[in-house]
Amino acid sequence: MNALLAGLRQLRHYPSAIIGLTIVLGLLVLSLVTVLTIPYREAIRLWRGGAGVWDEHPELARPVWFQLFSSQNLPRTIIVDTRQGGKVIVDQPDGSRLMNAHLRFAFPYDVLPSEIGLWLSTTARETQPFVMLSWRKPNGEEIAFEERTPGQTDRYFLSRDEGLRQRLQARSTEEALFGAGSRGDGSPLKGTYELALEAILFEPGTDVDARLVVYGTIYGLAGTDTQRRDLAVALLWGTPIALTFGLLAAVGTTVFSLMISAVGTWFGGRLDAIIQRITEVNAMLPGLTLLVMIGMFYSRSLWIMLLAIILLSMFSLGIKTYRAIFLSLKEAPYIEAARTYGAGSLRIVFRYMIPRVIPMLIPAFVTAIPGFVFLEASLSILGLGDPDIPTWGKLLSDAYANEALFKGYYYWVLEPAALLMITGMSFAMSGFALDRMFNPRLRTT
Amino acid sequence: MHAGGYPAPLSIPPGRSALRDTLRRVGTYTLRRVVVLLVTVVVGTYLAVLIANWGGEVDKMREAQCKEKAGMSLQADPTLQRLPAQQRQQRYEQEVERCKTLQGLDRPFFQRSLEYLRDALTLSLGRAVQLTSDSGSREVRNILLERLPATLLLFGTADLLLFFMALSVALFLSRQYGSILDRLIVALAPTSTAPGWFYGIFLILVFAGLMHLLPFGGMVDIPPPTDRAAYAMSVVRHLILPVAAIVIGSICLSIYSWRTFFLIYSSEDYVEMAKAKGLPPAMIQRRYILRPTLPPIITGFSFMLISLWQGAIILETVFNWPGLGRLLYSAIGSQDTPVIIGTVVIYGYLLALTVFILDIVYALIDPRVKVGEGGIGT
Repeated sequence: MNALLAGLRQLRHYPSAIIGLTIVLGLLVLSLVTVLTIPYREAIRLWRGGAGVWDEHPELARPVWFQLFSSQNLPRTIIVDTRQGGKVIVDQPDGSRLMNAHLRFAFPYDVLPSEIGLWLSTTARETQPFVMLSWRKPNGEEIAFEERTPGQTDRYFLSRDEGLRQRLQARSTEEALFGAGSRGDGSPLKGTYELALEAILFEPGTDVDARLVVYGTIYGLAGTDTQRRDLAVALLWGTPIALTFGLLAAVGTTVFSLMISAVGTWFGGRLDAIIQRITEVNAMLPGLTLLVMIGMFYSRSLWIMLLAIILLSMFSLGIKTYRAIFLSLKEAPYIEAARTYGAGSLRIVFRYMIPRVIPMLIPAFVTAIPGFVFLEASLSILGLGDPDIPTWGKLLSDAYANEALFKGYYYWVLEPAALLMITGMSFAMSGFALDRMFNPRLRTT
Repeated sequence: MHAGGYPAPLSIPPGRSALRDTLRRVGTYTLRRVVVLLVTVVVGTYLAVLIANWGGEVDKMREAQCKEKAGMSLQADPTLQRLPAQQRQQRYEQEVERCKTLQGLDRPFFQRSLEYLRDALTLSLGRAVQLTSDSGSREVRNILLERLPATLLLFGTADLLLFFMALSVALFLSRQYGSILDRLIVALAPTSTAPGWFYGIFLILVFAGLMHLLPFGGMVDIPPPTDRAAYAMSVVRHLILPVAAIVIGSICLSIYSWRTFFLIYSSEDYVEMAKAKGLPPAMIQRRYILRPTLPPIITGFSFMLISLWQGAIILETVFNWPGLGRLLYSAIGSQDTPVIIGTVVIYGYLLALTVFILDIVYALIDPRVKVGEGGIGT
């Protein structure tokens, strides 16, 4: 313990260790905040997505900070709903009722929205209402849509209405609805737009509501993917997952290696020889391919993988290093003293030998963490990531599967990659500096 | 780095039988290593067989295949269609049993697992479920062997480049201790914790995505050039980024740790002695520094290659390189069990072969190679 404190006091001579440990601390705080603000179940629910979760988020939107690098004012998502007021219902002489509503919104951006969606919902059970829609641009031009009889909920993506696009003779529906017509250059008209709804309600006491979503091209701090999911969820939750995974794998591997090597060295003889041979064989096993098989045939759960990784790297090469230390330790006077007072073998191994080497292990342990974090990412890239849990590796894998680099969605790749890099570098920098501090042989260099 | 230890004083063999003695030592050493490596391949393959049949998955799959086949043959034969239902059922069960016996499903798993092991080791894994080789063969062995040259080309190039670049830079830096370049390499050493494929993503982004200088991936242009020289040029262009990714992913740490080795050994007394004698620096470096440091460097390099081989799977996937790693990726995608087992086996062989080659190099340059001294890494 004293050695540890003395080591910590030395720390100020190693700026890279200070930088590294500060970043590690920052990541720990970020993990804590994430876990407290987005509970695990909520994160999984969000990441699984499904109907209704991400409907109102734009698809493949860039992060909002893209605005800083763009001279154009990039559109954000605009949502207007009739439930916010402005609905007028008038009784008709034939018993039906007529509803009028105007969805107005200002559009101050320089770029066309990515999509336009309209959700119509009605409380009518048997006779569906009849809805007429018309669109008014800031220049006064009006466009009428086809009439609709929505079911209980009706999702109408104006952007995917090929008939509308052809009728308006535009390159895209967005351009037809937001551009300046055939004279336009494809950029949107700025000003107030209006979607007018006129609905005939046949069932007494029923109602129609509309929700217009004009999808932007930028969203949130991290942007969105093809499934409209906010990447920030996965980036944030990836942090505690990566740290936990890396730490547990490193702890598991180091602790087991240490115990195996201590027991082997203490008892010596055949046991030691067997451990040595297993280590040699294990070092040359194609471990990743075996993990791939476990992922394929057994389970892709992150925790099962963790267990498999620990089992496969238990007999690591570290055993040879520890063995060298233990061999000299075995002859130390204090061990002999313990033997003379009659301490049992296990007591000597676990109370006297192992605790003695732990400070020496810290650098190797810290340096091992990023390797496991990247291993998880590797498995995810191969499509063997945990199907439920959002991780950085999963993001990279999704981005790769959607050819994000080829299609220019760089943020999708760069964000998880940057986090992986920061995490890996911070642990490695701390570990390397600790190594120079604890390992006198390298101190001069 | 682990494998360390200071060099024992060189034992000078008696003159006449020196060569024979060396050959005998290297021979016994090699033999011992071959045994260890073969055991490794067998253990790896057997583990693969065990995992593949975890919870009887493979057995169930084969049984289902048998049932499907029996059902199909029953339907296809019009004479059987006319038989009464009971007889048809009997016929169906007979057919399923016959197929299961043929597959060996009636024998205990241990016995079958040894047969699988033999088949896997000889790569006689039968036919792939879905994948085919480019020449149209569905034999797993053909598919694997067809992909092997691409992998060897990529990794052979990268490994050789990595070794010689790291070695020369490390030697150079050990003479420039404390210079800006030296400190830069020390500061950059942690970059090697990220695997090569990770840097590959950035390289693709910059050189293919933004600058359009080099291709995004693949091994040759599509369609491949017919001219031999143009074909080679195209392969070279496709090779640059993946090789660069592998090298960037490992070089800083290699330089850093090797340079540390050189520094430690260059402060030994016998080096001071050589300097005092006035030997030329080049000779000091070759005979007094490089010679004792090379064995541990080779050992370290061989373990680095093991992790590089495994990183290869992802790297090839990222770069769309038509090698074994990419094959494994497609096999996972299409759930092609025989191909996956085959890939595990061939990776086992590749790792063992890599280690073996480096072992021989080790045996040739390390005069201490003697059987019974624990061999590599102790």
